[in-house]
This record gives sequence, C-alpha cells and structure tokens, in this order.
Amino acid sequence: MTYWVEACAEDEVEPEDVVRFDYSGKTYAIYRSPNNEFFCTAGLCTHEEAHLADGLVLDHIIECPKHNGRFDYRTGEAKGAPVCINLKTYAVKVERGRLFIAVEEARPESG
Amino acid sequence: MTNRVVIVGAGQCGVSAAFTLRELGFDGEIMLVGEEAHLPYERPPLSKSAPVVAKAITSEEAYRAASIELLRSQRVTAIDRETKRVTLSDHVTLAYQHLLLATGATPRIMPSMEGAMTLRTLDDATAIFDKVDSGMHLAIVGGGFIGLELAATARRVGAAVTVIELAEQLMGRAVPPVIASVAEQRHRDEGVRIILGAKVIAATPTYVELESGRRIEADLVVAGIGAIPNTQLASSARLEVDNGIRVNASLVTSDPSIFAAGDCCNFPWAGQRIRLESWRVAKDQGAQAARAMTGHSAAHARNPWFWSDQYDLTLQVAGIVNPSWPFIRRDLGDGAFIVFQTSPAGTLRSACGIGVGNGVGKDIRLAEMLMERGVAPSPEALADPAIPLKRYLKRPEPNDNP
Repeated sequence: MTYWVEACAEDEVEPEDVVRFDYSGKTYAIYRSPNNEFFCTAGLCTHEEAHLADGLVLDHIIECPKHNGRFDYRTGEAKGAPVCINLKTYAVKVERGRLFIAVEEARPESG
Repeated sequence: MTNRVVIVGAGQCGVSAAFTLRELGFDGEIMLVGEEAHLPYERPPLSKSAPVVAKAITSEEAYRAASIELLRSQRVTAIDRETKRVTLSDHVTLAYQHLLLATGATPRIMPSMEGAMTLRTLDDATAIFDKVDSGMHLAIVGGGFIGLELAATARRVGAAVTVIELAEQLMGRAVPPVIASVAEQRHRDEGVRIILGAKVIAATPTYVELESGRRIEADLVVAGIGAIPNTQLASSARLEVDNGIRVNASLVTSDPSIFAAGDCCNFPWAGQRIRLESWRVAKDQGAQAARAMTGHSAAHARNPWFWSDQYDLTLQVAGIVNPSWPFIRRDLGDGAFIVFQTSPAGTLRSACGIGVGNGVGKDIRLAEMLMERGVAPSPEALADPAIPLKRYLKRPEPNDNP
C-alpha cells in the first residue's frame, strides 16, 4: 500500500542537490533538479549501499560518493558500470512548501 | 580476417573492455580469457571484510546475453604476432583481429619473505581470512593500502595485529603526511601495533625478523609491499616493456593490433609515464581500449582516482600527490578534511581526503572535475568550506588566478 509521508520543507533542498530522509527503517534520497522539480529514490546505491545523499548532483544525475556509480534520479536508471541495478523511485508532491513522498510500506501502527 | 577480439585477463579491466565493445556495437566474437575458476569478481572488497565476500562484477547471464565467451581457468601461454594467434594453456589456438592484454599484476615478494602470504585474489583472501580470528596474531609486512585495510578488517574480528613498514610514514608517498597521520592514529587507537622505519630481513609463516635483530612472532604473516606488472607474455612476444607493457595514449602497444590496459600497462599521463593499480583506472582503460579498437575517438583519459576504507574511515585521492608542492587544507566538519595541491601555475592537480563515511566523496569528485577542466581556484577558496567547489564548474571564467 502507498501513502504520503511528510519529509521536509521545500527550501531544505537546494536546487541541483540532494538530501537524505529516513523513515520507518528505510532511507530515501530527495532531489531538487536545476529547474526546481523534486524527485525521490531509494537512499542507498545499488552497488555497495552508500548513502546517495552524500553524492554529487549534476543536472539529472546523482553520482554515488563511494565508487562513482551514476543514476538518473528522475527514473532511477543506472547509467553504467559499476552500477547495473536501477534505483527504486518514489513519487513526490509539494503542498504549502512541504515535500511529501509516496512510500510503499505498511503504515506503522500508532501507539 | 577474423572478426574476433581476444582479451587476456578477466579482471575489472578485461570485463569492462568486453562489455564496452558490445555497447559500442561491435558484433564480432569476444573471447575473455581468465586464469581463475571464479566468475570475474571485484577485488577491492577482498581486504575489507571477514569472512570474505565474493562480489561478481556482473552475472553469468550477462555474459551470455552479450555473447561474451568467458573462458575460465585458462591462460594464454603465447602470442604469435605474425599469424595473429594466441595459444591457450589447453593448447587451443585462437586467431584475433585485436588482442587486449589486461593481465594485471602479481604481489611483490622479496626472496627473504617467501614464507609470507599475499593478498590479490579471492583464493588468497579466503586462505588468509580462514586463519584470522579472535586471539590470533597477524603480522603484516608493508603499511600500504592493502596492509592497512587488512589490519582494520582483522582488528574487527578481534585478531592482534602488527604492521611493519620500511618508511617513516604509512601509505608511502601516495598521500600527504597529514592524511597518513590520521590513519596511523586511528590504527593505533584501534590497538594495531605499528612499527615504522623497520627493514624486514626475513618473513616466514610464523615470524618476521627485522634488521635491528628484533623478531616478531605471529600466527600468520602477510606481505603487502606492492605489485609487479604481469608482462611476461608481452615480453615473450617482444612487445616493448618498461615497468609495465608500454602503450601510447590510445593504449596501443608497440604492435598496432595489440592493446594493453589496467595494472599491467605503462601509459603517458600529464607529461610523464606512469603505471597505476586502481579499480577505476582498470575499468576506464578497459573501456578506452574498446573504443580505440572499434575506431571510436579516444575518450579523454580521466584522472587517477582511488579510495581506501579502513574502519569507518574512507580515504579518496584524485590526481597524483606531488610531495614537493604545498598543501592546502579544507576542513569539512566532523573531522573530515581534504588536502589540495595546485601546480606552480595555479591549476588544481591533486586532492586527497579522509573522513568518516563518505563525507569527502562529493568534494573529491568535484575536485576531479575541476582538474579535468584545468581550473585554477585560489588557495583561499580551496581552504574555505563555505565556498562551494561546484561554483567553479559553472562559472564562465572559472579561474581565480590571473
């Protein structure tokens, strides 16, 4: 099941940059493109599980800080060796200056 | 003419060449010949985890899907340049149109150290880590990257570790002294005994003897004192060899049908000839050789780059450190920092960073891109973490210096 989770304020993500967001035992990476669109992928590189939020965003590419694996963060597509497994992507919406991502886990029980 | 490429060596470089050939549309045969029985795997993790984790470069299915014929447990024993054929260890001969030598390197071992184990292959790592456990004593000859990664991994499983290094600094001249000091302090804090400035006169399976007369008893002795390029095949075929198989900027050897790439080759870079043992350089040069073979324009050679993981510290180096140039330090917070060097003309030439996790990765990558573009940021800007390096990538006039 998919539901929206509030991640952070819009202005916490600089243009052409990425931030880390942890939720319910999982980690995500939230991107702001140079033309101010927001995207979200799984937070760990599919090669050796480094946090992509420590990596470099250039245009629509996130480059892993560990071994330079590159992905298109809009689609999650792996852009060549050493990465060959795509990143999972998640929908993002902006409401009143806040970012929400669509996570897929079962909603945690309250209390 | 046979439309076939034979690649000698199924490490990172050979595999990269094979797949890049297909990506570039090469539709002839590709034979990838490897000495080891394993599916080609990544070497960097071998010193970094106990028990050993074999990480395949790609799946067996990927070779089939790309029609890359992988010959395992096979060696190329001879090259006949006249007839353009290679002979395999099972006596089969294969004609080639192009041949790539990606033969790698072999750990160096001094005659007096023949009792020591070395770490290069998956089988080496398995044999070493089978013996490394809590309560045993591991003596490591050589305080370079492999030795230090092995030390960190062995400490994690509770082994007592002694590292013996000939120089007065760990990691030789590959990193600035201030970075070597951070690593050294961390190893000492973790309980590693480090002996610097010590010449080893004998290494056996159970002890290391120093020139001073001191003897260090151990349950296992491993030597990590560098590697020598595998050039025998090239030499026998009378290709030019000089600290590696000599190639030009397109990775062509002295025979226009034969290329060499990765740890085994000696190539021109920034006005000098160098040989590098680096995962990324191997991968990049494999791809570069594939481009050259298929008549694609040579991609601009990327900067040397490598990394090392020790405990939770990551060290990354881009470019080549020149010990005679001044160092400019940029502190990134949480103890992480980068040391830059600029040439006398002011262009950025090397960047070496150390810190917990991947804190230095982004700025090292940016530094590398600035080096490729010949950018000359001012020393003040390099030292000031409040000035983002990314700014220099996009500015129309990127140089601070006149």
